[in-house]
Amino acid sequence: MTIVEIFSVLYQFADVFAFLILSAAGLAIVFGMMGVINMAHGEFIMCGAYVTVALVHGGMPLPIAQLLGAVTAGIVGVIVEVLVVRRFYKRPLDSLLATWGLSLIVTQGMLILVGSSVRGIGTPPGSFMVGEYTFSVYRLILFAGAVGALALIYFVFMRTRFGTLARATMQNANMAQALGVRVGRVYALSFGLGAGLAGLCGALYAPTMTLIPTMGSTFIVESFVTVVVGGANVLLGTAPAGILLAAIRTTLNAWQGQIIGQIGMLVAVIIIIRLLPEGLSGFLTRRQR
Amino acid sequence: MNLRRKLLALAGVFAASTVVGGTALAADPLKIGLLEDISGDLALLGKPKLNGSQLAVEEINKAGGIMGRKIELIHLDPQGDNARYQEFARRLLNKDKVDVLIGGITSASREAVRPIVNRTKTPYFYTNQYEGGVCDASMVSIGAVPEQQFSTMIPYMVETFGKKVYVIAADYNFGQISAEWNRKIVKDLGGTVVGEEFIPLGVSQFAQTIQNIQKAKPDWILTINVGAAQDSFFEQAAAAKLNLPMGSSIKVMLGFEHKRFAPPALNKMHAVANWFEEIDTPEANDFKKRWRAKFPNETYINDMGYNAYTAIYMYKTMVEQAKSTKLENLRKVIAAGKACIDAPEGKICVDPKSQHTSHRMRLISVDEKHNVKVLKDYGVIQPYWLGEIGCDLTKKNDKKQYTPTDLPKKG
Repeated sequence: MTIVEIFSVLYQFADVFAFLILSAAGLAIVFGMMGVINMAHGEFIMCGAYVTVALVHGGMPLPIAQLLGAVTAGIVGVIVEVLVVRRFYKRPLDSLLATWGLSLIVTQGMLILVGSSVRGIGTPPGSFMVGEYTFSVYRLILFAGAVGALALIYFVFMRTRFGTLARATMQNANMAQALGVRVGRVYALSFGLGAGLAGLCGALYAPTMTLIPTMGSTFIVESFVTVVVGGANVLLGTAPAGILLAAIRTTLNAWQGQIIGQIGMLVAVIIIIRLLPEGLSGFLTRRQR
Repeated sequence: MNLRRKLLALAGVFAASTVVGGTALAADPLKIGLLEDISGDLALLGKPKLNGSQLAVEEINKAGGIMGRKIELIHLDPQGDNARYQEFARRLLNKDKVDVLIGGITSASREAVRPIVNRTKTPYFYTNQYEGGVCDASMVSIGAVPEQQFSTMIPYMVETFGKKVYVIAADYNFGQISAEWNRKIVKDLGGTVVGEEFIPLGVSQFAQTIQNIQKAKPDWILTINVGAAQDSFFEQAAAAKLNLPMGSSIKVMLGFEHKRFAPPALNKMHAVANWFEEIDTPEANDFKKRWRAKFPNETYINDMGYNAYTAIYMYKTMVEQAKSTKLENLRKVIAAGKACIDAPEGKICVDPKSQHTSHRMRLISVDEKHNVKVLKDYGVIQPYWLGEIGCDLTKKNDKKQYTPTDLPKKG
């Protein structure tokens, strides 16, 4: 293997890893930690993308627009938590239905209000050559965004007072409440953070993709698969799951093309869940003990 | 105002299965059943098809209908789901008893509907360009086929850019059979297919594909990727400075990617089409004016919408010539070579042997600013391939789809 080939493999791996992690980061909090099967996850991604694109068309620089796209999705997330999700914490299957309904309403509503497609904004220019290949710089920014999202989750949940309260609430809400934690607010903010990270995914991918109301659905399979393989512990699960699945998919993509890459990744997921029902994080925590 | 109109449009959609014409008539209305996606992943392509059909129906009804009968358009939205296509086709054919069934967007949806149509005596119009080869007496194909699109474009691409082609295609019957056509034509021209990649529908990430293309070093790329997710290829390839000439049978005139993506993502794209909005002839401009008067917010009047519009006029002509709506009588008109209309592109006719439509084909290309230029005018091209390989619907109803490697048995 030449240096060029090694670099290209790493680049492809980083690209798939970024897609898995960015799709899954928000869901890891909402589904992984809070246990809400959020079928509207893709619509938070779409929200981040659409806000970003609208702001860029309005003349705002891309990075600021992306930040605002993520923040908007986060605020919408808090509102959705208060209005809808809050009522379903003890009824996980009903939360699936409620958020699915929300997803249908949002995609169809956007189709009617904004139309069937939105004009793209173009990927920021910048490319570099390694050997015979040219690579887009922006894909590396996506990778940095994925690593940044993981760092943010780690920081918020391990290094802040809110994080401690949130973890306490997720483990035992009644006990936390008895000790004076404002459980409702913790849930709302956690859900908002998850929605904001989904919005960040949409904001970051917006320049590189077709913008249609159903664009969130292209992320949905990858996001759920990564979270399920990762398991309940976001900090220990999501990143290893991203690495493992990206490695499998990149190898198969390069060897046999996208069809086998996709099939192979999903087969791997079935095997992993069969062998490790609690996901990678369950396996890793058990080994620690 | 704008919102209100859109909400009204929505109300119209929900009311789609109710009577459209309304006024009291001497004769019963003539029922057209229409299956087009206006929600789901293909909504952006399906909506212009519905618009084109509504425009044609409105114009025809204003001018007195078909043989004095008003048209009642019954539209259902299968939302890109082939199971719903079948369910709704049954409903339109058996319950609503439509006089003609029109629609279907992907080749998968057409093949899902065709066996159901075959159990009835109702004619079916498929209005998209497609991979060709359907030899079925119940079906009239209005869109362009490979001998009109690939047999013109691929030789141009090979001559102009070189003999090595890389194919990225959607992984279902349209992509697979189109790739087969490309293999045959490129081989006949002495070229080579240096790579072929079939992409599952819904895949949106192409970093690996772009790298595979760079490794294979083709002279040009045949892009027959389908759907909104797969269209992301163009943006990602441009960002990676792939910068290769591209050719396609569905890009620009069908998916208006040059209007949806920021330039220069579609730079150097080539396509052969019977319709694209940039056509500049008096007939075409008049048509565009009427369309824009009814649908001022249309992003692009694509060839699917145009074909959907001409399909209803073709049906009108056939019924008027036959003085009947029965399939067998309509087919007599086709067999006599009299199923012809003056469409905005020029005169087009349904070919007796294959029941496919002749078209005036033009080669177009997109520049880095996404302007569309006409490079070549091929004139009218007949849908000759099915007739040459032995499909003759005036003699025998094969009810089959043929491909370059699956030809009818001789004898």
